[in-house]
Amino acid sequence: MSRITLTVNGRAHTVDVEQSVPLLYVLRNDVGVQGPHFGCGLGQCGACTVIINGAAVRSCVTPCSSVKSEITTLDGLAKNGQLHPVQRAWIEEQVPQCGFCQNGQIMTATALLNRHPNPTDAEIREGMNGALCRCMTYYRVHAAIKRAAVLLRADAATPETAGKGGAA
Amino acid sequence: MSPFAPVSRRAFLASSGMLVVTVGAASMADPFEAVVRAQAGGPYPDPDFRQLDSWIAIHEDNTATFSVGKTDCGQGTGTAFRQMMSDELDIAYDKTTCVMGSTDDTVDQGGSGGSDAIQTDGWPMRRVAAEARRVLLEMASAKFAVPVEALAVSNAVITVKADPSKRVTYGALVGGKKFHVALTGANIDATTGVAKVKPVQALHYVGQELPRYDIPAKVTATQKWAVDVKLPGMVHARNVKPPVAGATLVSIDQSSVRDLPGFVKVVSKGNYVAVVCEREEQAVTAARRLKCEWKKPDAAPFPKSDDLFTYMRGATATSAQRPIVHGDPDAALKGAAKVVEAQYDMPFQGHTAFAPAHATADPSNGQMTIYSNDMKSYGMRNGVAEFLQMPRDNVRVVWVEGPQGYGRTAADDAGFEAAYLAKELGRPVRVQWMRDEETGWDTKGPAFTFTMRGGLDGKGNLVALDYEGRSADYNHVGYNEADTVLIAQLMGVRKAKPSPGSAGTPSDMYEIPHRRMVSDVVSLPMPFETPVRTGNLRDPNGPQITFAAESFIDEMAAAAGADPLEFRLRMLKAGTGDDSGLKRARSIACVEAAAKAYGWEPRPSPKRSHTGEILTGRGMAYSFRNQTVVAEIADVEVNRKTGRVWVKRLVCAHDCGLVINPLGLHRVIECGMLHSISRALYEEVQFDGEKTTGKDWVTHPSLRHADTPERIDIVIVNGDPNPNRPDLPHYGAGETICKPMIAAVANAIFDATGVRLRRVPFRAARVLEALKAAGVSA
Repeated sequence: MSRITLTVNGRAHTVDVEQSVPLLYVLRNDVGVQGPHFGCGLGQCGACTVIINGAAVRSCVTPCSSVKSEITTLDGLAKNGQLHPVQRAWIEEQVPQCGFCQNGQIMTATALLNRHPNPTDAEIREGMNGALCRCMTYYRVHAAIKRAAVLLRADAATPETAGKGGAA
Repeated sequence: MSPFAPVSRRAFLASSGMLVVTVGAASMADPFEAVVRAQAGGPYPDPDFRQLDSWIAIHEDNTATFSVGKTDCGQGTGTAFRQMMSDELDIAYDKTTCVMGSTDDTVDQGGSGGSDAIQTDGWPMRRVAAEARRVLLEMASAKFAVPVEALAVSNAVITVKADPSKRVTYGALVGGKKFHVALTGANIDATTGVAKVKPVQALHYVGQELPRYDIPAKVTATQKWAVDVKLPGMVHARNVKPPVAGATLVSIDQSSVRDLPGFVKVVSKGNYVAVVCEREEQAVTAARRLKCEWKKPDAAPFPKSDDLFTYMRGATATSAQRPIVHGDPDAALKGAAKVVEAQYDMPFQGHTAFAPAHATADPSNGQMTIYSNDMKSYGMRNGVAEFLQMPRDNVRVVWVEGPQGYGRTAADDAGFEAAYLAKELGRPVRVQWMRDEETGWDTKGPAFTFTMRGGLDGKGNLVALDYEGRSADYNHVGYNEADTVLIAQLMGVRKAKPSPGSAGTPSDMYEIPHRRMVSDVVSLPMPFETPVRTGNLRDPNGPQITFAAESFIDEMAAAAGADPLEFRLRMLKAGTGDDSGLKRARSIACVEAAAKAYGWEPRPSPKRSHTGEILTGRGMAYSFRNQTVVAEIADVEVNRKTGRVWVKRLVCAHDCGLVINPLGLHRVIECGMLHSISRALYEEVQFDGEKTTGKDWVTHPSLRHADTPERIDIVIVNGDPNPNRPDLPHYGAGETICKPMIAAVANAIFDATGVRLRRVPFRAARVLEALKAAGVSA
């Protein structure tokens, strides 16, 4: 066992676990966040996605000891009580069916929008392709990503209104 | 710390005496409260469905909680229930909450299944809400000493019409107290009070596009899922499945795991094996490390999946239904101007739930509480009580949300396993399957093979149709049966009379004068302890049957040189027989609405020109399920070099009668069509002679973002000949969507290429092979 310190959604957590334990289990069972989910444990489906250094990372195949930077999970995407534009877009488009995979959809989309603030259809298809959904919300996810891109630009233009609305 | 913080919360609630919580939506759906109540030893009797208080609670703040015995598998039914019940109760939608699916909180409406939530269960919900409104009006009548007719009610406030200063809220009349009003009805579905439901025209929220109330929590990670349940003293279990189907456990080498950190116990009985550890990742590791010796069965449990259909066609039927015969099909086929024969094959397809099966069970104080996302929590309670030989009232199931559930998923199996392990350990146990277990061992929709013959007369009319469908569905496992859940089978339990399974016949309203429909079932060599076990998957047999039936209608249209949509309409309009549910009129309306939305120009299939790398085509199919009718059109692109099929555009015309929430319905249709495209293009349970070989999302592919259509048009149709009738019924929406889609894709591929694909799925390699054989590849 090793003492490992992780910074998750702005807070430091020190846990006592084996270094090789996948980050997912530490996040869920020790840190206590519930955004990232177990879907395959193989890095194939995206359920466990977190954001590290702006990029989407599969926490189920990431040893917890390898993470040195801050981890953002879906639990920490909203800031100061205001939903992230991607979350607002998801609610406005009524994306989820069961919702279990949506952590992967939302976190992958957020990272995609970091890279491509105005993504094309092709960029969305390619960038999201590893985020699986068995309810098949894909079509609506695409619509929500485009809506989120608009909301992000609007927030950037008028920062004082950032985060308003969306809690439908 | 656990996000549920159960201990402190329990202490708080115990000290405030709130062991039975009736306030707010969070109460019974919130595992916090469930944890609290798990500490009591029970018993937990069923809520009495003949008591209004079992369904509706009015609170002092003039809000209401609806308790219903359904579960929402992700299609927004809870929102729809609130819309219907708010209307009947006359209360603002946003002053209501809905509690679903936990055995001791809500009456047993069976959980979910059969797309019956709105169609069947919506009625008692509406009636009890109407009854509550009636009772409240009676109370106000007594209070103000005026007849009920002198009162008006709006948004949970009752006023005296002649003197609006005289007003009283529902909350002031009964808030925090019980109604103590008895209901009648022979069973839960028939539950009713004295009041009548409102006519459609008086419904306010029904028909509105209200957003789902559960979505914000699901996009902010505040939703508590069944996987999130954490209990004091909880340990983690992982199963160790037999390496091949039908293997017998010879021995377990405990020393292979005994010294691993966190190791608690190996639990084994018969061929069921699980490892229990303190931490989750420890259980994962221990299950991988556990050394077991298994003996392979003497005979192969099933053929290789490549040989499946040959096997099925040659097998002796284990059950055969009496043929359904109209007219004289043999004579009509003999006398036909043109006869077409075709054979279709559809493989086993799995649920392959996005989250592998899971459940947590708490055995404290002699009771057993199971936290499960299983869609039939009530059935799980009965089954587990029988399996563990516990009094039924000491077992309860707290329903917590989980991944998609479109029928009999492995969530049933995991619930029983968690309960068994918790009883063995005397501690709360959380069990979760791994990805390879879920993909390999979940229940499957049955494989089918079909043989069809059709005859055209000289004018190109379909005058004879001979249908034979055969499914590999013997020992179809039911929901939460103590003698068919996987753990029971692995322990050697055998059902005395295994389910005969079913095959079924096409659902259409075509006028075909001479018709024979035969269906039977065959068994795989080993029907028990097998990963190829069948259970209900999203309209259990409809997608398979409709693939064959609507592909064949398309073949007949092509043989007749007719436009496939007009060919169908002609047969629908020729119908004169019984038309229960007005399905013929509504079928015609749907097919016409789909054609209009698509912009369908009549021409026969296939297109004749094959130039360029990409061939495009269109296909349609139609079907109904119970009273709900669907017509679907797909545009495809077929790559002649790679065989890849992309479904580029979809149109759906859908008639499920009175629509409660068009927005929710729209999303369900969108996703249901894509699920069916996944089944059409990718999904197949593959196996060698001894085990399933799909283990993950690479070896068992599913539809992905890159496959998403670029356009989807959905038309919600009301094809009732009297569309404004005040008693327009609400039919079940979901599963019908999945029936025509596979055929629509096959028909579109035929239209594009002239090549008829009669074997699902249409993966690129299979399509390319067919194109090459037909000389159409590039």
